Amino acid sequence: MTTENKEKPKLKMAVYWGAACGGCCVSVLDVHEKLFDVVAAADLVFWPIALDFKYKDLEAMPDGHIDVTLFNGAIRNSENKYIAMLLRQKSKIMVAYGSCAHMGGIPGLANFSTKEELFKRVYFESESTLNSEKILPEPDFKVKEGDLELPVFYNDVMPLNKVVCVDYYLPGCPPQTERLLEVFMAIVNGSELPSKKSVIGAYDKTQCDECERKKTDNKKIKKFYRPWEIEDDGETCFLEQGVICMGPATRGGCGVRCIKGNAPCRGCYGPPPDSPDPGAKMMSAVATMIDANEDVEIDKIIEDIVDPAGTFYRFSLPGSIIRRKL
Amino acid sequence: MSFEPKIVSFLCNWCSYTGADLAGTSRMKYAANIRIIRVMCSGRVDPTFVLKAFREGADGVLICGCHPGDCHYHEGNYKCLRRYKLLTKYIKQMGIDDKRLRLEWISASEGKQFAELANEMAETLRNLGPANIKDKLDFFQKTKSVNEDENVEKEKMEAI
Repeated sequence: MTTENKEKPKLKMAVYWGAACGGCCVSVLDVHEKLFDVVAAADLVFWPIALDFKYKDLEAMPDGHIDVTLFNGAIRNSENKYIAMLLRQKSKIMVAYGSCAHMGGIPGLANFSTKEELFKRVYFESESTLNSEKILPEPDFKVKEGDLELPVFYNDVMPLNKVVCVDYYLPGCPPQTERLLEVFMAIVNGSELPSKKSVIGAYDKTQCDECERKKTDNKKIKKFYRPWEIEDDGETCFLEQGVICMGPATRGGCGVRCIKGNAPCRGCYGPPPDSPDPGAKMMSAVATMIDANEDVEIDKIIEDIVDPAGTFYRFSLPGSIIRRKL
Repeated sequence: MSFEPKIVSFLCNWCSYTGADLAGTSRMKYAANIRIIRVMCSGRVDPTFVLKAFREGADGVLICGCHPGDCHYHEGNYKCLRRYKLLTKYIKQMGIDDKRLRLEWISASEGKQFAELANEMAETLRNLGPANIKDKLDFFQKTKSVNEDENVEKEKMEAI
């Protein structure tokens, strides 16, 4: 835009949120004073959470106008899907930014329920709801002033790659801001980008490779504890203490922040490249560690894993093999 | 035609596959619903294999290994047992009947037991009916509600 940048046109960047909490957008702002570098190198052409753009502005852009789109959030309704498709059309590079766009994330846990069950809970049963007329949101509603429209709510939450073609995945809940900066600077400097459809801003190795806690080769677990049931000694591997830590089935790259903060890994960075399904990988790993060979004893130990599906697929249910409750 | 279930079975090389082979060489007849995949050890059966089998259209999955204490690799079958138990808990949560996943011990000499097991499991699944996991999981399956959604959406897209 400015005259001093004439030889190198500024990058056009868009950030959009689907079914998301807003944390990913905040993580973009977490670049702090580096924001000036970002703004110097890129124009933000569409970012509903921070700047006042309208969908019609986006629709008016020519195809391939945007250089990079960071799409965060899962696909929950027809609005998410429509904007995802529109952004795909208008962008050269589409990045699934954050766990929700990558594999479904926390909103993806809604796949344990159906649309009907969700509506019933939210609009009829929740403690803070008064809805004596049993009104439910309708996609189309006629009033005398005209027709009102709402996006269609889907039965399933989907990761971004189920509705559009995704170029890169930048996982995390939210992605580590340093990783975003690395990737962003690589694009700005015109470095060679990795092959399409790859996960960027994360390592191929697991969390355990990065983790500094004391580990032994043969882990043995006699009893599982939930994090609040046990006093963490601050230095031994969580799994060896009997606390489920998603480290073995999760990519490194986040800087093991949770573990450094004495909380077990929850798996937001998604599975390493050799295992498409993080939960299956984790079940395999955890079961191996159980220190029992007798039926009854194994049953007793497994009883303490209260919610295997929710624990092992916390960030990845819609992107996993059995992607919803049947 | 009555429903015939597809059963994907993972048999360990050392005991169970040999057992199934014995059933064959002894000319025992058993349900043709069983599709056998030979693995080196029941401990090789990753939960991913089982989930993938269900996802791709299996109505049931049968895992067979050596009897406890007899594993060629000392403890592969114990690992399999623990994974099976955890996996069963998971598939129940996901709404898959736990009768669809079985782990049994078959030794190399138990051809007859294998044939009986195959027949029994095929019968159980015939009574349970198709799992339909593949159909249920395919995106935008052509059910009524989804079609309605799609139509409304199409109109919206056109309107814009």
